[in-house]
Amino acid sequence: MARFRTWVSIAVAGALGLSLAGCSSTGGKRAEDARKASAARGKAAVSTPRWTFAMITHSGDGDTFWDIVQSGAEEAARKDNINFVYSHNDEAQQQAQLVDAAVDKKVDGIIVTLAKPDAMKAAVARARKAGIPVITVNSGSAESKKFGALTHIGQDETIAGEAVGEELNERGRKKALCVLHEQGNVGHEQRCAGAKSTFDGKMANLYVEGTNMPDVQSAIEAKLQSDKSIDSVVTLGAPFAATAVKAKQDAGSKAEIDTFDLNEKVAQGLRSGDLGFAVDQQPYLQGYEAVDLLWLYRYNANVLGGGRPVLTGPQIVTKDQAAELEEFAKRGTR
Amino acid sequence: MTTTVPEKQPGREPAERLDERLIKTSPLKKLMGRPELGSVVGAIAVFVFFSVFADSFLRASSLATVLYASSTLGIMAVPVALLMIGGEFDLSAGVLVTSSALVSSMFSYQMTANTWVGVGVSLLVTLAIGAFNGFMLTRTKLPSFIITLGTFLMLTGMNLGFTKLISGTVSTKSISDMEGFESAKDVFASTFTIGGVDFKITILWWLALVLVATWLLLRTRVGNWIFAVGGDVDAARAVGVPVNKTKIGLYMGVAFGAWISGQHLLFSFDVVQSGEGVGNELIYIVAAVIGGCLITGGYGSAVGAAIGALIFGMTSKGIVFAEWNSDWFKFFLGAMLLLATLLNAWVRKRAEAIK
Repeated sequence: MARFRTWVSIAVAGALGLSLAGCSSTGGKRAEDARKASAARGKAAVSTPRWTFAMITHSGDGDTFWDIVQSGAEEAARKDNINFVYSHNDEAQQQAQLVDAAVDKKVDGIIVTLAKPDAMKAAVARARKAGIPVITVNSGSAESKKFGALTHIGQDETIAGEAVGEELNERGRKKALCVLHEQGNVGHEQRCAGAKSTFDGKMANLYVEGTNMPDVQSAIEAKLQSDKSIDSVVTLGAPFAATAVKAKQDAGSKAEIDTFDLNEKVAQGLRSGDLGFAVDQQPYLQGYEAVDLLWLYRYNANVLGGGRPVLTGPQIVTKDQAAELEEFAKRGTR
Repeated sequence: MTTTVPEKQPGREPAERLDERLIKTSPLKKLMGRPELGSVVGAIAVFVFFSVFADSFLRASSLATVLYASSTLGIMAVPVALLMIGGEFDLSAGVLVTSSALVSSMFSYQMTANTWVGVGVSLLVTLAIGAFNGFMLTRTKLPSFIITLGTFLMLTGMNLGFTKLISGTVSTKSISDMEGFESAKDVFASTFTIGGVDFKITILWWLALVLVATWLLLRTRVGNWIFAVGGDVDAARAVGVPVNKTKIGLYMGVAFGAWISGQHLLFSFDVVQSGEGVGNELIYIVAAVIGGCLITGGYGSAVGAAIGALIFGMTSKGIVFAEWNSDWFKFFLGAMLLLATLLNAWVRKRAEAIK
């Protein structure tokens, strides 16, 4: 045991020594801190009672997109003096149970996603029966009203897809590839189907294993190698756009890479010309608006859009806006 | 009562005294007895199949892509195979790769340190997690399935929790503008060109691991220990094999593989998503099994596991090259794997019958 302890202390000392000796003069945390100082940190702007709002999404673990939704919701919660509680589960049944739990806790408002609407129906009805206002976000614009939600905030996936098809036409593309990173995700299918419906050229789907980046890269590479006539690749999530760029370079293809969603790397890619365009559904807005609209309803019984879906996208982002958005993406709000 | 001593047969005597392991066998029979034989036949079958059905499969650049896909799997499949020969499982291997990449990226970033420092710290942490698996296993005597399932869940949570806590988001910040990044990228994620075709450096790492593992298994005392603890733990302990050390070492071997894969992930894509890696552990095990490793331990080879990874790489990318309807992608993949494994088992049975 004594020998073990010696080894541990040597390792720790070594690590500390190395980190002190081997500093990087570029990038890293130090550079970030300098940037962070410029970001706003709001505080409560109203003196309404401290209501509790719960947000329950269908997000899986570690999803960048939902991170941005959350930071929007938190920002609005700070401003509106709201106690904001977030939970998520990608299994529909578990998500419904989380909604039930929020109802049991008698929260003052619920924000929920309807990615798998049928599974959520009973839970939403239960919340309404308990007199808790519900707002749906992101997915479920068709079911939102039927289920008794106040309003829906999000992007219609089919409309977003259609916007991509039109943008591709405008860029004179002939053959496109739609890369789906989750097999069986309805929203993904709708995006690709929407793009296909407005695109004048040919579009094929490609499934990749989203949890395994090297696999994503080699699959796109293989596709580009086997079909040289593909002139554009559309990925459905921001992290996959950068991978598609690498795959394109390795395959020696000239295809343009375009993507749904935005993050820091996508903004960089747009600026450098590696990416053609990105379709942003503005997740920050989905979180921010949901909390703010619940507050407005509680405070003033306002319902934005008279209960019709409020669209947050699709916003097509190109090189022109890239520089500005890069800063915002870096701090995790775009 | 009279005892009749059998008459001595001078010609047969040496053979009787020899240990059965020392009996001379013909090279053909030796070949037929190798664990990887079935997978070699399977690999050839898959290769011929896609050469016929996918036009672009035989191009040099396509083969480079297939080799890349196989190598990222193979780097893990080889140490996982060794562990399986030693009679244990590691369900945490897939997320450990992500953990390793996360540690290295976040340490460099948060300390604003040279990226090589992060790489070194990550090696220590990853090996420590491997040692933890082995230590828990040998101490508690619980099945490795339970121990590593626990580690798998804990690591999945920690990957997410720590990343969120430290970076504020679920993916790490880019470290591509930091010192030491370029040289580390050369080691873990560069490409080299042979005859105008670009190959990924992971292929070299993969080959090196196969060589080292094969040498370890067949030419050293440690190799005997691995086969012994996988075959019969009690017997191995009785003849003085350091069972616990061997098992801990095997888990650290898997951790070392995870470290290489993790660094590749980091330096290839500069940003690491904390939710990645889940599910890959099964693919490593599948590759090892296709390569002739027995799930019960005591039998298998490193070369076989590498060929198993190659079969997986060829199948998953061959389907894309063949341009089959991608809705059926997973079905094709499963069917090909099943066929390859069945063929493997059939060939092995034939080989054993001949022996």
